[in-house]
Amino acid sequence: MKTAWITALALLVTSALAQPAAAQTLINGAGATFPYPIYSKWFDEYTKVDPEVRFNYQSIGSGGGIKQVTARTVDFGATDGPMSDDQLKAAPSELLHIPTVMGAVVATYNLPGSPKLKFSGDVLADIFLGKITKWNHPKIAALNAGVSLPDQPIVVVHRSDGSGTTYIFVDYLSKISSEWDKKVGRGTSVNWPVGLGGKGNEGVSGQVKQQPGALGYVELAYAVKNNLPVASVKNAADKFVAPSIASTTAAAAGAAKSMPDDFRVSLTNPPGDEAYPIASFTWLLVYKDQPNELKGRALAKFLWWMSHEGQKYADDLLYAPLPTPVVKQIEAKIKQITYQGKPLLAAR
Amino acid sequence: MKPRTRRAVNLLMSWLAAAAAGLVVLPLLLIFGFLLWQGASAVNVDFFTHLPKPVGEVGGGMANAIVGTLILLVLAAVLGLPVGILGGLYLAESRDRRLPWLARFLADVLNGVPSIVIGIFAYTVIVLPMRRFSALAGAFALAVIMLPIVVRTSEELVRLVPASLREAALALGIPQWKVLLRVVLPTARAGIITGVMVAIARVAGETAPLLFTAFGNRFWHQGLDQPIAALPLQIFAYAIAPYDDWHRQAWAGALVLIGLVFVVSFAARLATSGRFTGVR
Amino acid sequence: MAVVAAVPRVEAQATPRNFGDQVLGVVLRSAALVLVLLVLAMVAAMVHASWPAMRAFGWRFLTTSTWDPVAEQFGAIPFVYGTLLSSLLALLIAVPLGIGAAIYLAELAPAWIRPPIAFLVELVAAVPSVIYGLWGIFVLAPLLRVWVQPALGKTLGFLPLFQGPPYGVGMLAAGIILAIMVVPYITAVSREVLLAVPNTQREAALALGATRWETTRIAVLRYGRSGLVGAVLLGLGRALGETMAVTMVIGNRPEVAVSLFAPGYTMASVVANEFAEATSDLYLAALIEIGLLLFVVTVVVNALARLLVWSVGGPVKAVRE
Repeated sequence: MKTAWITALALLVTSALAQPAAAQTLINGAGATFPYPIYSKWFDEYTKVDPEVRFNYQSIGSGGGIKQVTARTVDFGATDGPMSDDQLKAAPSELLHIPTVMGAVVATYNLPGSPKLKFSGDVLADIFLGKITKWNHPKIAALNAGVSLPDQPIVVVHRSDGSGTTYIFVDYLSKISSEWDKKVGRGTSVNWPVGLGGKGNEGVSGQVKQQPGALGYVELAYAVKNNLPVASVKNAADKFVAPSIASTTAAAAGAAKSMPDDFRVSLTNPPGDEAYPIASFTWLLVYKDQPNELKGRALAKFLWWMSHEGQKYADDLLYAPLPTPVVKQIEAKIKQITYQGKPLLAAR
Repeated sequence: MKPRTRRAVNLLMSWLAAAAAGLVVLPLLLIFGFLLWQGASAVNVDFFTHLPKPVGEVGGGMANAIVGTLILLVLAAVLGLPVGILGGLYLAESRDRRLPWLARFLADVLNGVPSIVIGIFAYTVIVLPMRRFSALAGAFALAVIMLPIVVRTSEELVRLVPASLREAALALGIPQWKVLLRVVLPTARAGIITGVMVAIARVAGETAPLLFTAFGNRFWHQGLDQPIAALPLQIFAYAIAPYDDWHRQAWAGALVLIGLVFVVSFAARLATSGRFTGVR
Repeated sequence: MAVVAAVPRVEAQATPRNFGDQVLGVVLRSAALVLVLLVLAMVAAMVHASWPAMRAFGWRFLTTSTWDPVAEQFGAIPFVYGTLLSSLLALLIAVPLGIGAAIYLAELAPAWIRPPIAFLVELVAAVPSVIYGLWGIFVLAPLLRVWVQPALGKTLGFLPLFQGPPYGVGMLAAGIILAIMVVPYITAVSREVLLAVPNTQREAALALGATRWETTRIAVLRYGRSGLVGAVLLGLGRALGETMAVTMVIGNRPEVAVSLFAPGYTMASVVANEFAEATSDLYLAALIEIGLLLFVVTVVVNALARLLVWSVGGPVKAVRE
């Protein structure tokens, strides 16, 4: 009978702990892993701005974000790759894409001495297609005069899990190399011709770090935090640009003039001398017409704060802040969020 | 075989068995060592009492995840253990024709289903109709994962209770049902508890099924029908991030998780120790 | 109460004569039914969800090797191969080690060492898969790449099993990680099974002059065989379904390769890797069909395992004394 008493006690304690905590409004969101660090920073800071609301964001992947916001199991979604027309049609009502920050996808490698390398888009495409297999291939040497490249096979590392980072990278390769576009194409998961698959940005950077001769692609933050060398890539203006916060923001500035109204744009290979060619927005997905007034207003207010005060947190966490022209366009978009037809955000 | 040969074989086998035990323990020690080396520094009071903090800020912790895991485990046990133990008892004792065979077969099959598939099932069956993620959905997924382990272990251990024990009880005129509940089950109890503990240890560390059910929560949960934090989810989120501080917290989280299971396991054994620890 | 129950037979399940027996019978049967219905519901849900893929590919799903989400061409062969090979490798390592360790813990070890080690073994089952995976990337894979694989290549390199560049990650790493994850289950349950064998069995063998090992072999292992098989099947199930740890060290390349050094891919890994991001209906259906296929593979492997044991030594049933 000891068993029975202890079980009862355990159940009692647990049910006591299971009582709801304070009754703030909880707003749930799900989606991309890439912006998780800055979203968690924002949502934490925002509790000081508005103590009545709690934003709970979980990173289950861009696809997960799109699926869950479409199924309305969460209040907002987040994605590294814009939704397709079919996906938007599948949603119960109109979804808005709101850009939040920008990220850069970098080529990182493991070579003795960690030399600074330069790549062009077609060389990268050829490597990932399996056409260039050794580090001292003439095409690579031509771009990197003065660097002694070893006679070693290139160990290609890509993502095994579906990911927005992959989408950005293959989107770029598809634009540069028609062979890539035909053979492999774009997607969050693709049929890689060669290479090992690592799980997550962490898996790829870990793999590259351990494997001599490896070449992989990761988000900038992972390369920096793991002290991995990053390559400069030739952009549309034929300049070799190193990935950095400045060159990422420059990529968006170039695209701002031709920004579509719904923000669903690819920023890879943009015009501009300073632009880094493999960059992208990451977006939050919210319904234009919010089902709940309290949550809807909180969301709209947060989006406003995010695109203004929130941007100052981006640099430290290695994200590129939005360029000013884009912020102006976002303001107009946020004002379009309504509850039962009435805009939620009063004129600012 | 000459006696000397037999003794030699005996000695050899004893050494091999000891070596096997050593090899089994070695990776465990390596992994524990790795966790301790990487994460011990991050296990402090803050860890147990504070909510997660964003990157770059000191003092973050996993208090909500620790409580969340406890709640999920208790709920999963409440859902899964009765069906599991009674199911095992059924499989061992029943004289029915087809149901035992089918149930045993399906239990073995269920054991091999990847936890993510079970998570997807729980998502389809509980989260979608409820239109929200919840601790209940998470506990359901975990209970389903526990089920085959508990059922099969219970069945095997009950089978091993000697028939002489049952016959003695029956000969005294005790009705069948009392024999099962008061003689057979208590005799097999220690073994069943091991099976239960292994099952709980298994689900305590599961991440994939919780991604689409319990979902995770940066804050304290607000009810069992709301998203809830859990240690494996938090560990996973931190382990795949680029920040060293978060990595350390991930390792610390793993240490705390193992510690949690240790405590639960210990308490369970304490509660059920006693007279019946198997016929030796 | 009728005291005289005549001569109780071994399988003394007399017709339930009283209310208590009937109630318990119903309760137990319901528990089993819950289990059965649950699994059948899961299978039904999966068949329903994978229908679009089944309709689009038919049997080709089982005979093609391409996995192309962009072109929406899906074939399952590399994954089935990867799952079977990695699990086989894991069991080859884990079963002898696990049962050996269980024998040591149940029969041979000095009394003071048993509880801590047994406890340690159980605790390891609680380590989250993702931690195993990270340990695999940072500790195991480099170990394999720098020491083990070159050594194997030099000594056993004439076998196609050990050919190819040493990446560290790959099928070998996956098999080893799985073995480490599966061993606690086999050890813990086997140990309980062995401990449950009545001492009379041991005493009988010892009385006949058997050595400690012979006693174990003749009396204990044979008696507990059904339980041991159960323990191994438990471990096998874990190996077949394990996702996180495997996907971090197997290289994730959907290709069939003979060498253990080559990267591979398992069914559970591909579902875990791509499910969250799969948004097209056909893609999702194909992934769920892989999950269904894993169900089938588990069934077949379980059946084969039981058949194997049965053919070696009679029906797998506990011998009652």
